[in-house]
Amino acid sequence: MTFAQTLVRGNEEAFQPRTLTPMQKLTLRFVVVGLVYYGFAAIEGMIMRIYAIEPVPLIGTRQYFGILTAHPLVGIFGSTYMLVIGAFLFLVPYLMKKPLWSFRLATWTFWCITIGTFVFWLDGFLTHYAPLYTLYWPLPADFTQFRPLGGAIFITGIAIVMLGSALFVVNVFTTIVYTPRGAERQPGRRLLADALGFTGLANLFRERAERREHIVPLPVAAVARGSVDMALNTTIILFTGILILIYMVAELFGVSLRSTAIDALLYKNWFWWGLDLIADGLVLIFVAGTWYLLASLITGKRIFMENWARAALLVELVVSWTVWSHHLLSDQAQPELLKILSGEMVTAFELITQGLAFFITLATLWSARPLQMTNPLKFLLGGLLGFALAVPAGIMQADIGLNRILHNTQWVVGPHVHVAILVGLTMTLYSAIYLLLPLLTNGAKLYSQRLATFHFWAHLLGGIGMGAFMGMAGLQGMLRRTIYLDGEFLPYMILAGLSGVLLLAALAAFLYNIVMTVGLRGAVGIFRRSDLDRDVLVPAR
Amino acid sequence: MVDSSTVLWGQTLVYTLYALVIISVVGWFAYRLTRPGPAGVASKLFFGFVAFLVITGVSLHIVTYNTIPWSPLDVHRGETQADKVFEIVVADHEFRLPAERLEIDCGDRVLFDVSSQDLTYGFGLFRPDDSMVFQMQVVPQHRNDLLWEFGENGVYSIRSTEYSGPQGYAMIVQDAVRVSGCPGGCEPCRRCRPRPDRG
Repeated sequence: MTFAQTLVRGNEEAFQPRTLTPMQKLTLRFVVVGLVYYGFAAIEGMIMRIYAIEPVPLIGTRQYFGILTAHPLVGIFGSTYMLVIGAFLFLVPYLMKKPLWSFRLATWTFWCITIGTFVFWLDGFLTHYAPLYTLYWPLPADFTQFRPLGGAIFITGIAIVMLGSALFVVNVFTTIVYTPRGAERQPGRRLLADALGFTGLANLFRERAERREHIVPLPVAAVARGSVDMALNTTIILFTGILILIYMVAELFGVSLRSTAIDALLYKNWFWWGLDLIADGLVLIFVAGTWYLLASLITGKRIFMENWARAALLVELVVSWTVWSHHLLSDQAQPELLKILSGEMVTAFELITQGLAFFITLATLWSARPLQMTNPLKFLLGGLLGFALAVPAGIMQADIGLNRILHNTQWVVGPHVHVAILVGLTMTLYSAIYLLLPLLTNGAKLYSQRLATFHFWAHLLGGIGMGAFMGMAGLQGMLRRTIYLDGEFLPYMILAGLSGVLLLAALAAFLYNIVMTVGLRGAVGIFRRSDLDRDVLVPAR
Repeated sequence: MVDSSTVLWGQTLVYTLYALVIISVVGWFAYRLTRPGPAGVASKLFFGFVAFLVITGVSLHIVTYNTIPWSPLDVHRGETQADKVFEIVVADHEFRLPAERLEIDCGDRVLFDVSSQDLTYGFGLFRPDDSMVFQMQVVPQHRNDLLWEFGENGVYSIRSTEYSGPQGYAMIVQDAVRVSGCPGGCEPCRRCRPRPDRG
């Protein structure tokens, strides 16, 4: 095939979108939109890398902070949520061997997150509403700096995303427990108990012969556990959004409400409690579940120490609900007891729960050696390494003494946040994409293994490099969420910028490879209606 | 008191070593995974690893509390007598200091009592080379106090360490704090020489 033919029809014309079921198409739409928003976040990130080297005159400070606000939100909601939710809406019914409870609800989730993300991104671009994702009170309602209309539209966009994630949670839990029409009645309570990890925990205290068989696969249990956190953080963010909206709407009608009516520290505790359910609960749990899924699919073996893995998921539920105070170690009015118990001790438990997931995944892989170093396997190992680097970095900053000199520095956002998200989370998601590509496309053939190999190394080195150089600058005192005008940390920022270029090159190689795999006609075909049965996940072979 | 830069060097060393070790371990694992060989993992190894994680997680904070000198000082600042108290107000993206330059004698335990009249800010002290001495959050409607013992001569700048809107990045007061009188210290020395005004 010529280059033009491959570009239009895909590699060896192996991808035929008309053979896709509605669920396959919907999942692929989630993936496409998730990757587009990843591109948004990557370009925004690169703009900020350049700005850290030399502030660009073309971009004013208000615009810069608008980008700084949009970047993590687009990355988390527009990209990660889309990829994770899309994959789970397919995998939960696939692993439970029954149709998704509501295809319509899943479509609503897709549109809510797609539109909601675009609304707040565009609003931030046009109005420069920039309270950052932390929204520290009373900044989001500071109308000397931000226009209330711009803020109201921004918050509405976030609320639409939250609505989409709430619909996802309902769909996941109902899919786990419901009985499909015409099927034998399924034990809803037992399914729920197993999904939440109670059965696994109880099995640890039972004799081997008396242990209950699991009726919910481990990755589904992880999805269910993460969905509990997602439900809670959705509630918190929605409630906070409504609170901020009340101030904005009142301002639009000419009434200025007193910002002191809300206690800034109480608000900070409340907000971080909810937000940390994404960072420390949802991400770690969903990632652990994805590791287990990938390890079992790659090896074809059962997960090592499965009951412990399930019990750890349940324990993480307690951890993620009580861990938020590590974000307030530099708040002197925060009670010391909360700082020590929640901020330090419970946070240290994340080292244990994530360490368990790390070990269990490696042990499962080891049990199947020798393995071929496929794309899913190498990206999975990259993801594991990312969290092995990022979690201890986070544990270090969650210390009363060290936080005094690390809080809000580039250390936090470099070796911890960006290594966790770019290397840990994104490489895990890439692993899932490479693994599920044939299943979701009914046998599309990857265009170039060389490009996939370049994608792996450029992403791994770029991600670790960027985190490392940001971290070095942070240890030298460089703050995040600010602008340096005199090239104070120039060598580190140049190296971090070059690492960012490597990350962009990795993304470009990956996107090119995927486009050449499915072809432009195939990519458009994903968005065309499927005439096949909605209850069928994959067509019969 | 041990300077915060010493602690940061210690952290840099520890984390760099850890990063090199874990990268090597995963690299070795990836290589061995593709080779034939014994595939079993003993449960003893698993439980040993769990024990290692528990010990590491808990002991980290015990070790830092006993080695980082400002940790106990911070936790017990309510019961500790300060040699000097500076009351600082932040409003409209501006630090309002009690004097043009805050003078501190070597060895003084100084309480920085910072209050915000509008937004959430940060309060950090920085050396002339832009490295951080310490920082804290400044939350409105609450007391934000930090006790610090100075054991080295120097001139420091104050900077907001929390985002407070697009105007916040300019919240810097150059050479706002001076520590003097430490034995062996030079004044002014290379380390504490004031930087030229950036206007």
